[in-house]
Amino acid sequence: MSSGGHSHDHDHSHDHDHAHGHDAHEPLVVEDEAGNTEGQIFVAALQALLVERNLIAPGEVRREIERIESPGVHLGAKIVARAWVDDGFRTRLLADGKSAVAELGIGVGEAQLIVVENDAATHNLVCCTLCSCYPRSILGQPPAWYISKAYRARAVREPRAVLKEFGLELAGGVQLVVHDSNADMRYLVLPQRPAGTDDLDEAALAGLVTRDCMIGVAVLSEVPGAQPPTA
Amino acid sequence: MKPRFDAGDRVRVLDLGKPGHVRTPFYVRHHVGTVLHRAGAFLNPEDLSVGRVCGPVVPLYRVGFAMRELWPDYAGDPADMLAIELYDHWLAADGPAPDTIGEAP
Repeated sequence: MSSGGHSHDHDHSHDHDHAHGHDAHEPLVVEDEAGNTEGQIFVAALQALLVERNLIAPGEVRREIERIESPGVHLGAKIVARAWVDDGFRTRLLADGKSAVAELGIGVGEAQLIVVENDAATHNLVCCTLCSCYPRSILGQPPAWYISKAYRARAVREPRAVLKEFGLELAGGVQLVVHDSNADMRYLVLPQRPAGTDDLDEAALAGLVTRDCMIGVAVLSEVPGAQPPTA
Repeated sequence: MKPRFDAGDRVRVLDLGKPGHVRTPFYVRHHVGTVLHRAGAFLNPEDLSVGRVCGPVVPLYRVGFAMRELWPDYAGDPADMLAIELYDHWLAADGPAPDTIGEAP
């Protein structure tokens, strides 16, 4: 990493605390006065050049970011809810995730979608040890912890300890399967349908499904509304 | 390239010692697992990352490993396992542990 251009002015507002033990002379993050990182500075310069030469129009980059960021957890939730109410769909989903979700009008940009099903005897957990592979087409952008080095390293080394920190303690006899999405596949956990949801329709079921249960760091608990009110 | 392995085959992960954009993490190298299923065939990411965007596709497999195979001190359930995607050229039929670094095809 080049340190050229970075000022070591010690009155700089972003200056780091030199008393906290890092003795590396190079700053961990290079920033300009506005707080942009080195990568952002390069990208902004490139974008300005492309616009100046009429290769892209202003707004095109913004629209592309909007397109990339528009998929969200609601798509994954829709897939899970359909699988809960339609056994035929569930079977097709587990056999070929990409084709099955296309039935719902959801396009998966990644090579293939592998859907892994939780049941009474099996719990699935997804991670990407090498980078940040994630089923972005159907869950949107990954949470910060998913791309942290700690999660990436520990999810395959001590997954039960990780789950415990997320508040999930698996029952004895439950097999934990950790999926490292290290190459071309992407993974979606099909959570177990929670108890007390027999009366809910597909849309209401989709409303229960959370991002974290589709990654596998959480499970869906019994629906609070279905519990008898406390007297 | 025809897939050399199929579901149920025991395979050992090679250590090809390649630099760059390899998709075989160190923690599975030298370990023995079982092919779960074939997962299609893709351009080799090691070549794609350096701009070689054509050429033969390489079979990909999902391979399962017992956590205790990967981590002898693994404290969880003995049945716990890891599933990971591995390209054909990183795998050998299970046999004696290779004592030399393999070569890329």
